[in-house]
Amino acid sequence: MKINHHLDDSTLMSCAAGSQPEALAAVVSSHLSVCPRCRTELKKHALIGEALFESLTPEPVTRDAPVVAMRAGEATLAETETPQMPSALKAALEGRFDDVPWRRAAPGVWHYPLPLSADAKGDLRLLKVAPGTRLPEHGHGGTELTLILDGAYSDEFGTYRKGDVADMGDDVEHRPIADEKLGCICLAASDEKPRFTGMFARLLQPLAGL
Amino acid sequence: MVQVLENARATRRPYPVMIPRTMSDLLQKVAQSRDVEAFRKLFELYGPRVKSYMMRQGADSTTAEDLAQETLLTVWRKAQLYSDEKGSATTWIFTIARNLRIDRLRREVSWQPLPENRDQEASDAPDPEEEVTEKERRDKVRAVLATLPPDQSEVVTLSYVEGLSHSEIAERLGLPLGTVKSRMRLAYQKVKEAVEDIR
Repeated sequence: MKINHHLDDSTLMSCAAGSQPEALAAVVSSHLSVCPRCRTELKKHALIGEALFESLTPEPVTRDAPVVAMRAGEATLAETETPQMPSALKAALEGRFDDVPWRRAAPGVWHYPLPLSADAKGDLRLLKVAPGTRLPEHGHGGTELTLILDGAYSDEFGTYRKGDVADMGDDVEHRPIADEKLGCICLAASDEKPRFTGMFARLLQPLAGL
Repeated sequence: MVQVLENARATRRPYPVMIPRTMSDLLQKVAQSRDVEAFRKLFELYGPRVKSYMMRQGADSTTAEDLAQETLLTVWRKAQLYSDEKGSATTWIFTIARNLRIDRLRREVSWQPLPENRDQEASDAPDPEEEVTEKERRDKVRAVLATLPPDQSEVVTLSYVEGLSHSEIAERLGLPLGTVKSRMRLAYQKVKEAVEDIR
């Protein structure tokens, strides 16, 4: 996979800091899983966190170290660190796009909202756009990240293919058009609820009653 | 308030200096021989720092201490995963603390897994030369951070230490989102240049 569009440094910084809202972190983590360049950059960002962590003034602890002892089986504990992934997202990330229960949102546009933790703000959803469909010109309120899972789209900034991520500023407007042959399937996140702002509000709200 | 702070300072014991070599040795001992004494030392080194980190992230003292205990317990349970890691112990423990914070304080899913060793050009024990580079790199990062202009330093601290998202920083400082992001980019460029100088 040749990746041409990467995460912004400020996005990687927020990721390394662990300060990214959940919806955005899901897209970032998915892009990182296919992008060695961004993984290398992330390690450098992590150095900053480490340096700041070590520079913190230690806060005296009142309790002793937790009691630990070797228990049978403990040493071989092999827990997976991967968080539980919604099945639709898992299917999409594995390329099983037909397994996603798509909902029609507008002519040539389908979507599937993915659940977030109860307290999480923001919006995460899969989006499918039919070949050659042109979306109306729109801006992006807040921060939005879009990872291409299949197919491609083009806009004023270039062509985004599988693995590429669109990490656009909130002051940018664009008119994306889905690939003539393949269409486009992507994972899109916003740090705000779509009914207040963002691409989906403008695109889908009048049509789908979001 | 000032009085309270001064009292706290007066009763504070000096903390051991963190030496990368020692810390990864301790972690290796915990991983390989489930060494309880080594674990206690790790707690002494990291407990107070994790507590401090959690408090800066908005936890009260009791919660912060619970989370420090839990972080170190996770270190004990998962030390095995560290054993091949050539990265620093601090990176690893910081990642555990960071993920626990997202989970407990933000009540969100922490999407970032622990640093994996598998995709690294694995080598077992870090050779002495790498050890030097590691230390050099950290000192360099700290030095660069100390020279950042206040406006850049501020957004970096709010992001890493106080755990605020881009939008939350923009709101806190009354700045456009784009300004927050560009300050972060500028700060990172300086750190990156300094780190890449080291070969």
